[in-house]
Amino acid sequence: MSAVMITRKVRKWESSGKEHFLLRWTRNDGPQKGVFYLTLFLIVGTCLTVLSIRVSRPIAASTLFIWAMITKNVIGACPYLAIHLSPAIPVFAIVLFLFVMAMLLRTSFSDPGVLPRALPEEATFIEMEIEAANGNVPAGQRPPPRIRNVQINGQIVKLKYCYTCKIFRPPRASHCSICDNCVDRFDHHCPWVGNCVGKRNYRYFYLFTLSLSLLTIYIFTFDIVHVVLRSVDSGFVKTLQDTPGTYPFVLVCFFTLWSVVGLTGFHTYLISLNQTTNEDIKGSWSGKNRVQNPYSHKNILKNCCEVLCGPAYPSVLDRRGLMRDDLPITSSAAVPAIRSNPVPQTTKTTAPLIPNEHTPDDTKPSIADTTNPHAEKSSPSPKEEKQPTLYKALHSPSLQSTVWTYEKTCF
Amino acid sequence: MATEFHNLQELRHSASLANKVFIQRDYSEGTTCRFQTKFPSELDSRIERTLFEDTVKTLNNYYAEAEKIGGQSYLEGCLACTTAYIIFLCMETRYEKVLKKIGRYIQEQNEKIYAPRGLLITDPIERGMRVIEISIYEDRASSGSSSGSSSTSGTSAR
Repeated sequence: MSAVMITRKVRKWESSGKEHFLLRWTRNDGPQKGVFYLTLFLIVGTCLTVLSIRVSRPIAASTLFIWAMITKNVIGACPYLAIHLSPAIPVFAIVLFLFVMAMLLRTSFSDPGVLPRALPEEATFIEMEIEAANGNVPAGQRPPPRIRNVQINGQIVKLKYCYTCKIFRPPRASHCSICDNCVDRFDHHCPWVGNCVGKRNYRYFYLFTLSLSLLTIYIFTFDIVHVVLRSVDSGFVKTLQDTPGTYPFVLVCFFTLWSVVGLTGFHTYLISLNQTTNEDIKGSWSGKNRVQNPYSHKNILKNCCEVLCGPAYPSVLDRRGLMRDDLPITSSAAVPAIRSNPVPQTTKTTAPLIPNEHTPDDTKPSIADTTNPHAEKSSPSPKEEKQPTLYKALHSPSLQSTVWTYEKTCF
Repeated sequence: MATEFHNLQELRHSASLANKVFIQRDYSEGTTCRFQTKFPSELDSRIERTLFEDTVKTLNNYYAEAEKIGGQSYLEGCLACTTAYIIFLCMETRYEKVLKKIGRYIQEQNEKIYAPRGLLITDPIERGMRVIEISIYEDRASSGSSSGSSSTSGTSAR
């Protein structure tokens, strides 16, 4: 019996969820991508035109195209303020702008804390535990909902079973339907950054909203100051004529201000209580009849420190790893769709084969190196084909990892 | 019956995967990474309870050290924030350092304790930090009847 080799190498991220971290530009959810580009454009367009930074021609062409007409007269604002007040003003604005962009890109391109789907063995193990716990369900009756109760800091918390990922979700995790992944400490899926906000990138998201609020307030203030100073010098009407381009920006800043500052305030409130947006919306910890928040330290400072200054959690996704599809896999329902060769299950194994193990073809050269006479057979039985070697398993690339080498290249 | 393997090489030649046990997370103290120290029944005949509990407790201690919120984590967080987190591209975080230590510890435990008993621990990070996966291997030479009986006894016990 030989294994059918699947010709196309499938990356692990392709087989689970829709989140393409390395290739965000090719993601197929159009509206989400569009909103992210709009965010970038609004921020970059507003700041660049007000600050009139010298940019390279391709960037200038793409971001300043629409604003070119109305910003002709705004170009005077930045040098005017630099001369009349202080050169530090535009410099600080540039620094703040760069920080905002860095936080936006960091939030957008980092793994929010995606929980990888359960491998077939783990899924089967959990199913067997559930069946054992449920006992005998009479035919025709719906089995009880799959919930596990755990006690956290004295409170009972229900863990729900995720049918897509085939795991019991850890506390505070939730399944995002847009990304099609379970995310740890799920806050919300933000269309403006085009990514979920979860355990790993919540602080970047918060710093993004905070710094954007500051930037908006800053630009708004200094636009007003610029107009006032010019009016003092040359009269209000003449100022209006000289700088017609300032006013759309003042308007944009004013409306942005309310929404962004409001959002920052809301998240500050959530952080001080150590809650997520998801929990707040569902009302998990509100009301007298409900459970009190077991994760809160009952101290605002401690809660803030935990959320913002906690350790930098590693990503548990093996994004560049390849699905090991060159194996004779059993026909389990949990197996991903790329496996097109359902090998009949033998009586020996109680669980499907581990995807990370090597085929007999891979292991044969290593076994042939030894002088062990009964290591390989010319026509392996079905049972023989599924046997991994422990040595190979211990020293396989997936164990030694890729987890480390590209932790450096992704956030 | 307990199969004896004297070293990794022997296991390599004569091992066959019989079963897997998954040690679940312990959420009693919150969402920090801890694993249950409850001894699974499938390992009853394979390894001493104390050895297993020691391994899990040491892993729990490593994870607690990685996730400790104290002076060093504040310093790291504030420093990273001031550099807009660019410093993480050059610097290894404390969590990553501890994860490497954990990887080395698990490899050492596998080589010294678990492989001679026909077991293999998989690093939890390979499984999304959800479970500690322990693979149980049977001696291939005696696998015909023994693994068959272990698998049937395993299924009947559920």
